[in-house]
Amino acid sequence: MSKFLSLIGSRRSWAWPYVLFLVLFVVLPLILIIVYAFQDSEGHFTLQNFVKFFNTSEAVNTFIYSLAIALITTIICLLLGYPAAYIMATAEFRTPQVMAMLFILPMWINFLLRTLATVELFNMFSLPLGEGALLFGMVYDFLPFMIYPIYNNLQKMDHSLIEAAQDLGANRVETFLKVIFPLSTPGIYSGIIMVFMPTVSTFAIAELLTHNKITLFGSLIQRSFGEGGLTMWNYGAALSLIMLIIIALTSFFGEKDDTDTQRGGLV
Amino acid sequence: MKQTTNIISSADLAVKNRQRDLKVRRFFANAYLWLLLVVLYAPIVLIIVFSFTKSKVLGNWTGFTFGLYENLFTGYDRVAQVYVDPNLYHSVFYTVIIALVSAICATILGTLAAIGIYNMRQRSRNAIRFLNSIPMINPDIITGISLFLLFVFLGISRGLVTVIIAHVVFCTPYVVLSVMPRLSRMNPNIYEAALDLGATPFVALRKVMMPELWPGMLSGFILSITLSIDDFGVTFFTKGSGGIDTLSTYIYADARKGGLTPELRPLFSIIFITMLVLLIIINVRAKKNAEKKK
Repeated sequence: MSKFLSLIGSRRSWAWPYVLFLVLFVVLPLILIIVYAFQDSEGHFTLQNFVKFFNTSEAVNTFIYSLAIALITTIICLLLGYPAAYIMATAEFRTPQVMAMLFILPMWINFLLRTLATVELFNMFSLPLGEGALLFGMVYDFLPFMIYPIYNNLQKMDHSLIEAAQDLGANRVETFLKVIFPLSTPGIYSGIIMVFMPTVSTFAIAELLTHNKITLFGSLIQRSFGEGGLTMWNYGAALSLIMLIIIALTSFFGEKDDTDTQRGGLV
Repeated sequence: MKQTTNIISSADLAVKNRQRDLKVRRFFANAYLWLLLVVLYAPIVLIIVFSFTKSKVLGNWTGFTFGLYENLFTGYDRVAQVYVDPNLYHSVFYTVIIALVSAICATILGTLAAIGIYNMRQRSRNAIRFLNSIPMINPDIITGISLFLLFVFLGISRGLVTVIIAHVVFCTPYVVLSVMPRLSRMNPNIYEAALDLGATPFVALRKVMMPELWPGMLSGFILSITLSIDDFGVTFFTKGSGGIDTLSTYIYADARKGGLTPELRPLFSIIFITMLVLLIIINVRAKKNAEKKK
């Protein structure tokens, strides 16, 4: 009993339940994805799942197409979001305080509802549901995730640096290009990651926005778990592993940021 | 003499020009923001507006009525004499239960973990922090599928419990991150003092640590609730086919069947307005607190 008490008394041990939880529900499941990806339905080692992916031109095309869509969405979000974040963070434009909150608010509404609202909007104006609707819907869904980190970053910026640049004779464009923009790159990295990661892995949005006309890589993964029994699970695990590699590469690219806390910063 | 007035007036002119220039830029900048907001909010406003009419599809205005709200709250459409899909209510019920239970579990687990991590040596601290960041980086679909495979592998049948476990997985890291900064602000000797004065670890935790950590725990809890309600991907893969649906998965299934249940429109409006009011309250309070500190 006293041994038990002294164990609780050492606060270091209080993390162990969570460590155990993480190992069981985060590490082990990820290992299972890898294991299933290299197995056939009978549990023997095989590379067949990956061979199948690279030999199915439809699957490879979907993969490349999804990457392209995610990239385009990210670029549009950056082009639309950066000016918005910049305007809100710059005092001389005198934007109302509530503005920043209005841009962030949609982040807190279920994205399926937002997506369906977009679909209804397109239906109402009898616009066709297809690639255009897909891009519009994705940008619409993820734009706040681009604006928020950039806005946060610009707001925390040391204004004396900007004043110094102006005192030393830089004009407005030079100040922006040589001081403000380089200083805001951490915010841009966070924004890119927060938009690119969910768009490249999304699986429900595309279906709803295009009436199943366009399949993205995420939907391909989802389908291999929905239908077709065990053989498809192994194939799906292989596809998931490919997705996981993309995600790992992307997060490596923006490693030095505090992306994790971005979403938590609001409350 | 004449020259000085010239200089002054040209300086005056320059100031005036700059002011006019600023006004123009201010106008365009704000116009851009409002335009973006109008586009962002158009679909939301559309749904709210059409929650006050009873048409099956959006864009077809059939007169102002609270009919859909009445249907939503009574569960029965008096005019068409049909019941509103009971699964809609079940899904709302499950959404709330799952959000509350998983947020409570995540807050307890995450707070204890944060205290533990804080007291660890640098190396193990970094290792656990890395593990902690995995669920935050992982996209829904990966978290969902990996847990799906785990439950299949362990032979656990999927249902309410597996959904709650899955939600605890992606909520707890945020609790850990919101409690950690509170710990580093706290005086570590108070807890030791409580122990020396005869408090058991449990009492010391409740009476000494909790009051200090409370704000961090609360924001972690609120964040967990919103993340849980917002989730679709992870729930989709961990809910199984036992008939458990959250609002997200219900909406998804409903939309796939073709067309949204009209009663979802008033429900959406209510959720949106509630969120709006909550956010405004939180922000106003945060601003007041910040001003007090000044």
